[in-house]
Amino acid sequence: MNDIIQQFRDIRMATRKDEVWRNVDFGAMMPEGLSLPDADEAHEGHYYCNMPDLDAVRLTLVNGRCVQPLTVTEEGIVYGSLREAMDKYPELVKNHLGKCKKSDNAYERLNLNSFSDGMFLYVPDNTSIDKSFQMVSMTDSDHQLFLQTRNLVVVGKGSRLRLIHCDDSHNNSRSMSNNVTEIFAGEGSYVEHYKLQNMNDLSGLLNHNYICSMEGAELHSFVISLNGGHIRNHTEIRMLGEHCVTEAHGLYLIDKEQEVDNYVFVDHACANCQSHELFKGIMDDSARATFNGHVLVDEGSVKTEAYQSNKNILLTDKATVTSKPFLEIYNDDVKCSHGSTTGQIDEQQMFYIRSRGISERTARTMLLYAFCDEVIQKIGLATLRERLSDMVKKRLHGELTACADCALYCNTPCADGENVFVIDPTKL
Amino acid sequence: MSLLSIRNLHANIGDREILKGVDLEINKGEVHAIMGPNGNGKSTLAGIVAGNPKYTVTQGEVIYNGKNILDLPVDVRASEGIFLGFQYPVEIPGVTITNFMRTAVNEQRKYRGLDPLSGGEFLKLMEEKKKVVEMTTNLANRSVNEGFSGGEKKKNEIFQMAMLNPTLAILDETDSGLDIDALRIVANGVNQLRSADNATVVITHYQRLLDYIVPDFVHVLYEGRIVKTGPKELALELEEKGYDWIKKELGQ
Repeated sequence: MNDIIQQFRDIRMATRKDEVWRNVDFGAMMPEGLSLPDADEAHEGHYYCNMPDLDAVRLTLVNGRCVQPLTVTEEGIVYGSLREAMDKYPELVKNHLGKCKKSDNAYERLNLNSFSDGMFLYVPDNTSIDKSFQMVSMTDSDHQLFLQTRNLVVVGKGSRLRLIHCDDSHNNSRSMSNNVTEIFAGEGSYVEHYKLQNMNDLSGLLNHNYICSMEGAELHSFVISLNGGHIRNHTEIRMLGEHCVTEAHGLYLIDKEQEVDNYVFVDHACANCQSHELFKGIMDDSARATFNGHVLVDEGSVKTEAYQSNKNILLTDKATVTSKPFLEIYNDDVKCSHGSTTGQIDEQQMFYIRSRGISERTARTMLLYAFCDEVIQKIGLATLRERLSDMVKKRLHGELTACADCALYCNTPCADGENVFVIDPTKL
Repeated sequence: MSLLSIRNLHANIGDREILKGVDLEINKGEVHAIMGPNGNGKSTLAGIVAGNPKYTVTQGEVIYNGKNILDLPVDVRASEGIFLGFQYPVEIPGVTITNFMRTAVNEQRKYRGLDPLSGGEFLKLMEEKKKVVEMTTNLANRSVNEGFSGGEKKKNEIFQMAMLNPTLAILDETDSGLDIDALRIVANGVNQLRSADNATVVITHYQRLLDYIVPDFVHVLYEGRIVKTGPKELALELEEKGYDWIKKELGQ
């Protein structure tokens, strides 16, 4: 069993000089002493989310296993364990599993060959339900776990899906995950995918999102990292039919020695598609962030619109960001732009706010929040938008913890000495 | 004792000296107009009283309510009752006016040892003060000055002044960029806020504003100094003769 961990180490050695992988500190993500979870380490659902007013079907993965049985709703929506779905719907799974990627990725291949379990979600054609789906992936073990989960989401033609996808660690144990989520958005479908990460400082997370959009599909993808030890989000979005729209946005707030690396590849494989990317981050202490954006516009993809933007605020001299917005365009009938800014707070705005009697500390927090708000306002689901707005405020006030205030609001209290994350605006 | 007493004030931006010895006394209940050609230090003077870190004071003092305020932080000066109406109000995307004003009102109340206003009390106050400048926009979801027209921005400055109820208001070219109707509304707002317990300083280029906000004193700020002070008729004289007349008087 442990040769899976060895294979992961080998891949890391092999890829450490690759352009797209070289900024990830895998040393820190791959500590000694990891083990694979025992099958009986999946607990029954004593986790729940009480995000107010969120009407959602909830699925929980604990230590890499789906705890709910496979379920079929009256609309024909199928959700539950991917392993179970492979037995019951072999054709459906086989036609999609591992089929979204454009180029080979050794980490994804390792996951495909050896994932423990994950979530399967199938929405038939022309189906839309008011409820959202929420998938929570928890790590809760006394051991230092190495986890590989895999999720497969298939959305039929003309259907709608809202998926909230939370990665949370539950206790303060060390863990490393190599997770893959594949989403197939059928013709004319509408998909909102929210990836929320609020993990402890000892967590390593290698998170792959592969999304394929067919003709006329509209995708809203968010990756929001509020805390985590070392996070790599590897997002590939491919528009495989005309008239697709992609909104891909991200927000990362990190401090201490934390690291968040967003790699975003957007493939304009067909004509008349649009993509909009906005990634923003605030780095405190010695935190490190990377934004590596790659938009590829093929020769035949005329009338493409692609916009890419990355903005960062560094609070200390030790915090760093590496930003590489990149467009690769093979035709001249396109509207594209890319840009990156890294800075501190605007002094004119500071003076204006303080001239009304607002203290320097409050003014800085206001402006940091305002910086994040541009991403938060793009969130379509109102309850989630309000919740995240609240969480970001808490994060900036140093009141957010890995447990009590995660998107989950799990009912299990944190141990003493829980993580309290403080981004300190006075350091600017 | 004067509300504001400025004595021999010298100030720089970088290495350039802008103010070269300004003296000015302002009492409660008074309205002062400061006029003068562009680039002679009017906005600098306003910025220094409010505490803009862009300027360095090299000599002199600014005494407000008996205290030398030059070492006080900007926000403390505001809580002490000084308000600056900006010539170019700053846009702050992502901060709603409601949140901005609520924070400001409550931080100022805290400074004075008062309890914060409840949500209901605050909203009531806001509705009341919107009327001062005939504001009809719903402010709840709008970011501070973002996407505002020139007129809306200036109305918003006076609205904020009404919310914060300052003892000393300095209005830096509040009339610039306003059409006749907006000018009347803004000036009416300022007049409604006048009382025996506060003072207003209006910085302007044009006599027109002073038809609405009638000053007790008019000062001419020229080459970093106040070179002439007179009654409201001085503004009319300036309008008629221009600043060359002052220059001649100074022997230039």
